[in-house]
Amino acid sequence: MTVFTEETRARAREIIARYPADRSRSALLPLLHLVQSEEGYVSPAGVEFCAEVLGLNKAQVGAVATFYTMYKRKPTGDYLVSVCTNTMCNVLGGQQVYDTLAEHLGVGHDETTEDGKITLEHAECLAACDYGPVMTVNYDFFDNVDAQTALDVVDELRAGGRPMPTRGARLCTLKEMAVQLAGFADERPGAVADGGPGEPSLRGLRLAEQNGISVPGFDPNTPIRSKAEADQAAAAAKAKAEAAQAAGAAANPPAADRKPAGDAARAQQRNLKEAEAQK
Amino acid sequence: MTTPRPETLAKLTPVLTKRWLSPDAWRIGTYEKLDGYAALRKALKAHPDDLIQLIKDSGLRGRGGAGFPTGLKWGFIPQGDGKPHYLVVNADEGEPGTCKDLPLMTHDPHSLVEGVIIASYAIRANRAYIYIRGEAVHAARRLRNAVQEAYAKGYLGKNVLGSGFDLELVVHSGAGAYICGEETALLDSLEGFRGQPRLRPPFPATHGLYASPTVVNNVGTIASVPYIVLGGADWWKTMGTEKSSGPMIYSLSGRIANPGQYECSMGITLRELIELAGGMQPGHNLRFWTPGGSSTPLLTAEHLDVPLDFEGVAAAGSILGTTATQIFSDQDCPVYATYRWLEFYHHESCGKCTPCREGNYWMVRVYRRILAGEGTHEDLDTLLDTCDNILGRSFCGLGDGATSSVTSSLKYFKQDYLDYIEGRTAPKLSDKQLVGAH
Repeated sequence: MTVFTEETRARAREIIARYPADRSRSALLPLLHLVQSEEGYVSPAGVEFCAEVLGLNKAQVGAVATFYTMYKRKPTGDYLVSVCTNTMCNVLGGQQVYDTLAEHLGVGHDETTEDGKITLEHAECLAACDYGPVMTVNYDFFDNVDAQTALDVVDELRAGGRPMPTRGARLCTLKEMAVQLAGFADERPGAVADGGPGEPSLRGLRLAEQNGISVPGFDPNTPIRSKAEADQAAAAAKAKAEAAQAAGAAANPPAADRKPAGDAARAQQRNLKEAEAQK
Repeated sequence: MTTPRPETLAKLTPVLTKRWLSPDAWRIGTYEKLDGYAALRKALKAHPDDLIQLIKDSGLRGRGGAGFPTGLKWGFIPQGDGKPHYLVVNADEGEPGTCKDLPLMTHDPHSLVEGVIIASYAIRANRAYIYIRGEAVHAARRLRNAVQEAYAKGYLGKNVLGSGFDLELVVHSGAGAYICGEETALLDSLEGFRGQPRLRPPFPATHGLYASPTVVNNVGTIASVPYIVLGGADWWKTMGTEKSSGPMIYSLSGRIANPGQYECSMGITLRELIELAGGMQPGHNLRFWTPGGSSTPLLTAEHLDVPLDFEGVAAAGSILGTTATQIFSDQDCPVYATYRWLEFYHHESCGKCTPCREGNYWMVRVYRRILAGEGTHEDLDTLLDTCDNILGRSFCGLGDGATSSVTSSLKYFKQDYLDYIEGRTAPKLSDKQLVGAH
């Protein structure tokens, strides 16, 4: 049974302090990420720890922990390799990437290699369809992968290297990533600055820039109307419209048979114009 | 590759995406040089009610898929009720095909933070949360850094810029559940529960986070606010259409020459978007596409000229959704595409409502059978019947969304199904993948 370190306990207190005092249960998701940062998964001890610091029972914590995909229920490797196999990435080659990795690593979905380096999973849409097919390592992106580039990445990871993601920060371990997921800053020098925008993100912008297109008429000093002014303007517009309508209806009353008097369109138009002119 | 015509190029409206070209815009110093936090200074001098009115006047509608008028939503928050108010940003981007919020938060996180402060001031909230998808780690890194910088500069915390207004902002990472993009499930998740949708009414405007008045808005919605505060409602309405105002980030993926993000005036058509994206890939002809993610019914080449605004897409029998246009060609199979989406809904159903939980489970199995060449004509009726029993019979939109691609693909591509069933198309799934399909 793991005894969580004093550092983890201090972090837990910091997490709980982010939320209103009588709403400490809001800290449960970050706390579950936190226990994964020490153990690599949510163990029975992790569940007990969360229950203890929040004053919940273990069943309440367990029910939440088992609901979310990112809380792992058995030990994980240093690197979680997630391959998107949702429709778009799938048809662009993502399924082949996943199948190749599974065969090469000798593991299936949510399984870890014997050397404890890599956990493989097929993931649902990772919100990078313009870079498809994509995979992530500890949730940082490797874009436009194919079977070979994906193999190169996992081989380098197993050999102790840390390939640089296409977008995102330099890699850390899955446990280190869990600290960030618990809401703590990435303290590694340069990590926040890593990863500039990729071309697909900028394509529309580049087209606009190359063709000298911008949205005209933007004046940052445009005054904010007070609500009273806006209400007045709206009321005036409404009154004007109503007057026009009333004038139109008076000159062109509904027929005795109560059917809509819509036939004399030209007459109505004329009446509306007259009403406008009277204003 | 073709060059877009000038009239098509003129539909590009770089507003929310503009700072992405400045590689350091995620740093507060650069952001401030690019108009950053000018809107906040301006907003703090106005009365909160005037800001709500401004957003109403702009016609801004939610960018998360439903298109609800934002100013109206803010106006629903009861004022002077003595209860704490909350602003919650839905940054749980996960609708298949959707990929606009992650780059925004990664490359221009301060625009979201600034929007959060203005919106919180308008609805009188002293606590705000950004619920960001767990997997979006780099966007979260940049966002947490931006929040830290904003605190250090006095834009957040006690007495924001000496205005007397206090605001605490927490960036809260999710843990991998698509359903938490549904606003009431998100609130449950933020309270530390399983992310399952709540029955409405009551609505979050009166009983949201911690049963208090809460506004839940998408990233793009909140990031639009500083621009409206600066440029005014009339300027905002120079873009888009009468009922769908402003710019919109269209996310193009799939069989086009240049997939990516194209921020355009709302109401642009797919034909024009494909033109901007350099045309289809060589050897590919458009066959089917989603206008706004996998929960929106499929459209076809017949719909190339449908205006992509809330009304236009609805008139064509689909939904604008998140403007995630996933473009498939004659080399892609609509039956297989639908099957993969259904696997997704089956995996992501939270299990609360029987029609969604059981219906998706069984439909996946029917699809596997069809794709393995063992389907029957009766299976097609079973699919439609199952959809009938899911649509409108679940708490939230996930169930409805799951049926979209099934019913629309059966409507437009029934022959593709029959080709599997009658043996004209070779089976796409092997026996191994069919385990448990019967």
